[in-house]
Amino acid sequence: MTGEPVIRTDGLTRRFGALTAVDAVSLEFTAGRIHAVIGPNGAGKTTFLNLLSGNLRPTTGSVRLRGREIAGAPVHAIARLGVGRSYQRTNVFPEFTCFENCRLGAQARLSSSMRFFKPADAYAGVNADAERALSLCRLSHRRDDAADVLSHGERRQLELGMMLATSPSVLLLDEPLAGMGAAEAGLMLDLIKGLASDHTIVLVEHDMDAVFSTADVITVMVGGRALETGTPAAIQVSPAVREAYLGAAKGAPAP
Amino acid sequence: MKPRLDGRRAALAAALLALALVPAVADEFYVVLFTKILVLGIFAMSLDLLVGYTGLPSLGHAAYFGAAAYAAMVLAPESAPANLLLTLPASVLVAALLALATGALAVRTAGMYFIMVTLAFGQMAYFAVHDSPYLGGSDGKLLFARPVVAFGGAAILDFAEPQVYYLLVLACLAGSYGILRAVVQSPFGRVIQGIRVNEARMQALGYATYRYKLASFAIGGAFAGLAGYLAAYQAEYVNPKLLGWQESGLALVMVILGGVGTLHGAVLGSAAIVLLQEFFSELTSHWMLLLGLFIVGSVIWLPHGIVGIRAWARRARTR
Amino acid sequence: MDISFYVIQALNGIQYGFLLFLVASGLTLVFGVMGIINLAHGSFFMMGAYLALWLARHTGSLFSALPIALLFATAVAFLAERLAFRHLYRRRHLDHVLLTYGFILIFNELQRILWGNDVHSVPAPDLLAGSIPLTATQSYPVYRIFISIVCLGVAFGLAVAIRSTRFGMAIRAGVVNREMVEALGIDTNKLFAAVFCLGAGLAAFAGMIAAPVEAVYPGIGETFLIVSFVVVVIGGIGSLRGAFVGAMAIGLADAFGKALMPQFAGIGIYAVMAALLLWRPQGLFGEKQA
Repeated sequence: MTGEPVIRTDGLTRRFGALTAVDAVSLEFTAGRIHAVIGPNGAGKTTFLNLLSGNLRPTTGSVRLRGREIAGAPVHAIARLGVGRSYQRTNVFPEFTCFENCRLGAQARLSSSMRFFKPADAYAGVNADAERALSLCRLSHRRDDAADVLSHGERRQLELGMMLATSPSVLLLDEPLAGMGAAEAGLMLDLIKGLASDHTIVLVEHDMDAVFSTADVITVMVGGRALETGTPAAIQVSPAVREAYLGAAKGAPAP
Repeated sequence: MKPRLDGRRAALAAALLALALVPAVADEFYVVLFTKILVLGIFAMSLDLLVGYTGLPSLGHAAYFGAAAYAAMVLAPESAPANLLLTLPASVLVAALLALATGALAVRTAGMYFIMVTLAFGQMAYFAVHDSPYLGGSDGKLLFARPVVAFGGAAILDFAEPQVYYLLVLACLAGSYGILRAVVQSPFGRVIQGIRVNEARMQALGYATYRYKLASFAIGGAFAGLAGYLAAYQAEYVNPKLLGWQESGLALVMVILGGVGTLHGAVLGSAAIVLLQEFFSELTSHWMLLLGLFIVGSVIWLPHGIVGIRAWARRARTR
Repeated sequence: MDISFYVIQALNGIQYGFLLFLVASGLTLVFGVMGIINLAHGSFFMMGAYLALWLARHTGSLFSALPIALLFATAVAFLAERLAFRHLYRRRHLDHVLLTYGFILIFNELQRILWGNDVHSVPAPDLLAGSIPLTATQSYPVYRIFISIVCLGVAFGLAVAIRSTRFGMAIRAGVVNREMVEALGIDTNKLFAAVFCLGAGLAAFAGMIAAPVEAVYPGIGETFLIVSFVVVVIGGIGSLRGAFVGAMAIGLADAFGKALMPQFAGIGIYAVMAALLLWRPQGLFGEKQA
């Protein structure tokens, strides 16, 4: 089992008109590892995540989830196969409580939500999943607070909690640390590390210190191409990465 | 949390009891007026499921209201009362199926497109009826009599009396409220409310949102059909105006005026509009002018509807 | 059915399409730039038609009525924007629907107070009252051709103005991205007022020149409004080109539908719209919705 990739992309390409945002990317993502994707702004990292989650259809190439082709499948179908996705912009339901946010995630695991009469809060299994997700994202103490009164960092945690409530096996995290203070970021990193053992994690993040301290594998993307993949130590000393990445990042504002 | 819920139940029970006593204490004029309020209240609630809970601002909802009214007319015998137990479910089914068919296209669109597309489908239904000599064309058709509840050929309940018909309508309103309340609190209800706030996020959680929007549209159409059936038999007359965009617009006004996403607000909105119409038409034959001014004023100064007045008053007091 | 039948239907369809374009272009610009759904847009068409009726009777000439009626309708639009619409730009679409529904009731009732419920006809100006013979038995009214030519002129002028004036640039920017307008240093209050008045003016103008070919009756505004909605749905919100193509498609579909399949005339154009939605939910020239 180990070493068998959970997600494998082959020649994955997405063009927008004349621009090739993701250019023939072939990568493997293995269970139990945090695989970070880094690169300068505009390198195609978010587009790459959107291709994995189904938000975008690839122009060519394939995405296989445990050997099954999912490229071009609708977002909800990919989500139901166990691929969870968090967004750069926080996307929680502001008027619902934290618990309700997580329950909405947990309820997505029911075979169907076309259930019209029994109250939603009478599904014990769903409630239990939601509670578990709340505690996983460390928001149990905020259970009955509406999401719109949370701090920015707490909302990012809730975003993660909602996704965890769907019991995904793959986590696609798009800049989970964006806009966070040092303390909040530390908590979030802790959280992500705790999830690594039983999830396949694809992490797109600008905070280089965070990436090099948490990732098991790093892929560097530049101009839509996967330039190099390796351990943090190997990436740090790779002359090709150094040149391309620093060259491309020159003049660009620090993340 | 708990005591408030019980307070809510008590308030509902009191309201229901008060409404049930109307025929005992008021003249026929008011009984008929209240019947109208309750029928339009069911119609407005069915639209609130779409507008307030699913985020689908339909401007063609009267198509389903009118479709069931016409179904009731078509299903009624020429010179005998129809059996309610057969014709009511059949009429509701017609409305639901029409909503399913048009909704399958309409819910593919969103926002302003959705408003315009539903309006256009409503007009399509309007013209289909208007241009059909079989359905009575622009003049409409009379219904022979109110329906009866019959078992094995023997009528056991007759709704010819306005007071009895009022109680039937009240029972339908209470039933509709109970069912819709359960629906919005069910897993399905949570999903449609999630879709209203953020459809893309719901898809990312694994919900095939199209199906839920369509189901909601069809359920809304079915309850609009129930209201349309009752409206047809209240007037004992159907005409194409029942499907017209003015009717759809008025229902939307009731929902927004009452306060979207509350169900009971829709009934309050219906009461407000029917009573205002009555009041203004006592004052002048140009009552539509006053109603128009009232609507313009209320949308500018009362952004959260009648239900919002309480919160607004609370804020004003603490200021 | 000979060739002249097709020529006449095509000319009718084009003429109707041009009128629809004038109404729909205002709708689509107000949607696109201001984000407002204006149900009362048809009221300006109605206003134009009734003013043409009334002023033509008093001045004896439709042409002298044109500038007065245009000025009046634009002034009404200006006041409505100032006093009501301006408060609602940041509100949800539902509030726009409610507000403009209220305006329809007001305008329609004022129309009834002033002109009653009768159907009126407006004679075409003497100069244009004749017909052009097509065959021995059939002819085509000059006034209908006049409508098409005038509308073509207006459409061309609108296209040039939007392409090459500063006002046009602001409109194009507004359709793409409302925040960009502010970044360009354009006063959005002025822009919105101008777009709203422009749209109302176009609708009123269409109502005026349409008066001699359409009977003037209560509810004429809504009739044109709803068909214009169909046009905008087909063309795509915010796209003038879409409004033009949509208007011509609906104009021709309506003319040939009425002539060839009169029993389905009422629902024909909606069927066209439904078919298009199956294929492209965002309209022909609309941006894909997120």
